[in-house]
Amino acid sequence: MENTKVVAEPKKRSFAKHHREDMIGKIYTNLCVLLLIVVIVSIVYFVASKGLSTFFKDGVSPIEFLFGTHWSPDGSPASFGALPFIGGSFVVSMLAALIAGPLSICAALFMTEIVPGKGKRILQPVIELLSGIPSVVYGFIGLTVLVPFISALTGGNSLGYGVGAGALVLSVMILPTITSIAADALASLPRGMREASYALGATRWQTIYRVVLPTLAPSLWTGVILGIARAFGEALAVQMVIGNAPFLPTSLLTSASTLTSVITLNMTNTSTGSVQNNVLWSMALMLLFMTFVFIIIVRLLQRRNKL
Amino acid sequence: MKSKKTLFGALTLSAMLALTACGNNGSTTASGSTEPAATGTTTPAATEQPADAKVSGEILAVGSTALQPLVDQVGQKFMGDNGDVTVQVQGGGSGTGLTQVSEGAANIGNSDVFAEEKLDADKAKELVDHQVAVVAMASVVNKDTGVTNLTKQQLVDIFKGKITNWKDVGGADQKITIVNRPSSSGTRATFEKFALGEKVENVAGSIEQDSSGTVKQIVADTKGAIGYLAFSYLDDTVTALSYDGVEPTEANVQDGKYPIWAYEHMYTKGEPDGATKAFLDYFMSEEVQQADVTELGYIPVSSMKVKRDAEGKVIQ
Amino acid sequence: MKARTADKLATGVIIFFAILIVAILGGLLGFILIRGISHIDWHFLTSPSQNFKAGGGIGPQLFNSLFLLVLTMIITVPLGLGGGIYMAEYAKDNKLTGFIRLVVEVLSSFPSIVVGLFGLLLFVNTFGFGYSLLSGAIALAIFNLPLMVRITEQAFRAVPREQKEAGLALGLSKWKIITSILLPVALPSLITGTILAAGRVFGEAAALLFTSGMTTPPLNFSDWNPFHARSPINPMRSAETLAVHIWKVNSEGRIPDAKDVSAGASAVLVIMVLLFNLVARWFGRFVYRKITASKQVN
Repeated sequence: MENTKVVAEPKKRSFAKHHREDMIGKIYTNLCVLLLIVVIVSIVYFVASKGLSTFFKDGVSPIEFLFGTHWSPDGSPASFGALPFIGGSFVVSMLAALIAGPLSICAALFMTEIVPGKGKRILQPVIELLSGIPSVVYGFIGLTVLVPFISALTGGNSLGYGVGAGALVLSVMILPTITSIAADALASLPRGMREASYALGATRWQTIYRVVLPTLAPSLWTGVILGIARAFGEALAVQMVIGNAPFLPTSLLTSASTLTSVITLNMTNTSTGSVQNNVLWSMALMLLFMTFVFIIIVRLLQRRNKL
Repeated sequence: MKSKKTLFGALTLSAMLALTACGNNGSTTASGSTEPAATGTTTPAATEQPADAKVSGEILAVGSTALQPLVDQVGQKFMGDNGDVTVQVQGGGSGTGLTQVSEGAANIGNSDVFAEEKLDADKAKELVDHQVAVVAMASVVNKDTGVTNLTKQQLVDIFKGKITNWKDVGGADQKITIVNRPSSSGTRATFEKFALGEKVENVAGSIEQDSSGTVKQIVADTKGAIGYLAFSYLDDTVTALSYDGVEPTEANVQDGKYPIWAYEHMYTKGEPDGATKAFLDYFMSEEVQQADVTELGYIPVSSMKVKRDAEGKVIQ
Repeated sequence: MKARTADKLATGVIIFFAILIVAILGGLLGFILIRGISHIDWHFLTSPSQNFKAGGGIGPQLFNSLFLLVLTMIITVPLGLGGGIYMAEYAKDNKLTGFIRLVVEVLSSFPSIVVGLFGLLLFVNTFGFGYSLLSGAIALAIFNLPLMVRITEQAFRAVPREQKEAGLALGLSKWKIITSILLPVALPSLITGTILAAGRVFGEAAALLFTSGMTTPPLNFSDWNPFHARSPINPMRSAETLAVHIWKVNSEGRIPDAKDVSAGASAVLVIMVLLFNLVARWFGRFVYRKITASKQVN
């Protein structure tokens, strides 16, 4: 009813009103978007200016930071080799993806290929709940269940803290990420493709293996990369179970550190402006940098997907 | 008109939903939170704060998470006595505390270490040190190691990874597992400075934990484990080691025989005044030192027969 | 024959993994709830936490989590709506839009700890907000904003084109079409998405360690003046949330019953997240039914 009133209004006034309304809408939405850009630019700017001061102000060599394996920020002479943390982050997140990747893709196949409909109705909420459990809760369970379990498995010869525990906790955490992307990709596949394969006499597994998975490979990899990205940036759950010793991991049972765990443990214990503090910002910058790398990889994969 | 209403509705709907949930919670928490108020009202009767010392203002104390419970407790008592003062205590670590007090963002910076160890010399010079308690620590081992005493040299060799089996120091044939603290931790700094006499780097296979509770649990549960804990955490689940033959007891710390201890500091920028000064004076009073400080497992500064400077040298 | 065996085998493996995932979730939830619920009672939910003695509760932490969520949503919802509406309705298919899309993507991929560090640097230190609810809420808003933009954009794009065209035919302004035609239709999915996003905010800890802090001042729940230092709703006070509390008692806490407290707190956290999920679903369905019902009447 109201709508007809608007039309009935004199043309001129309605035009002015339109104009005013549209201006409000445009300004409001543009400001919101502008804010997004301001936020991201300032994050990059502030973290980078702090992170780079380690090298420019404190004179730490970037080569040492990136490739040095010796971490002793309070030692004399102090050394700032962050490779154990960079390596630790990579190893843990790759291992997590190695465990979660196949599991997630199977879960997605279960939802779309094996038991379409019903499978999705069961697994979809499960995946959503898994992604909803807060990371500290994962860390706490890792600490109280997984770590003693691993320790018992080795007959008490290890503490249970370490890369293995970290990777297992992370793998459950990134399972939802990979599964939902894989399931979306599988659902988007034209039905005709599968039917053509079945018509040729292929079994379901042959269809999945020869047709479905190769066609969707870029999308599945996108899921895996985003999973790795999430694992790479996860802080507290990993910190609680990994053991936090500053060494490159040599086995699944050795205690190691990640970029995030070192930052959480030491950020508040060091004083702002000191080199011990600045070097932690360099690690934060490294995390930012890796975020960009992961996104570039994902973009490249998506481009391949279109072709 | 209708459109505006819908937009407003949409914006507030989600907030409203959360607000109602929150309102409910607020009322439930209110009913249960009479406890701190109750403890607050009981304290004035027990305390004998001079009535003429009427101060007001806000005190913000930031820093060491280890010291925070003590400052928190004393702060609440102080607020009970002085209704016009608010004491806010925040954790955040010794480094944060020293930075914030040095920048003037906090009135008091709580720290486990001397400011000279974390800040530039000229910044540290502006700060005034108030040593409010002494924290002593002992090296602890798993009960099955069969060791009760280690010399300084043996400890150094263990933490440097030169000795890797307990049988080399007269214990059982068990591999040594080191439970260390993060390199920026005040507990670690104290242990390295006064027990080992030097900075040591982590040994491969060791782990780092920030929590004393976790350290105690790991040492209690793991064969061959060694770590270090403040006295307040010691109990019969772990063996506290003698150091160079001296038992880790409060009396030995006070006499200066047992060297592994450090001050807990509350720094102010320049000499404190007003409410901050009143609070720190109250902190140093026997009433706090003999009650709250000992209750939380610290040793009162007044009972120490030895003193130390920032370099760790003993001044009698 | 061989192909058939392979097919059976593969199907078996896939089904096994699917069951495994369900079992993992079942095990996790079962563990948290069984281990935790025995510790939850009225006293635990309402009394203040202890710093060094056993028997503390999570009252202030629970309040902080909820209050921080409200503050965060007050900041995020209007901004996210604006950004999402821009992306769905105003953005042209050009380089700038592609760039904005990239910005949203990057922002949503930033590790939450980096957002927390940024908050520490800018809000806590530079702006002088200190460790406070305000700093925490802004950090969480940054963390949540890209998600909100995406939810809004999707909700608006899902509105059938005919509805928009009907508005255009009626001679309405674009903004009027957005607010009075598209928004009501998009509302159910907007609300569902917002509540789900709220669940994510509720459990976040890493971004808060360095922004809202790891301590809570003693609160006076009879003082609701936001300018009083001990008022629960003072946005400038430091606030330890439930998730941060779990981390703190496990990693640097002093209380002897850390495991029990974190089990109880974890159970509360998980139950809240489950509730958010259920409410989101239920509410979305409820609003949808209402809207479609009213349409039939007209």
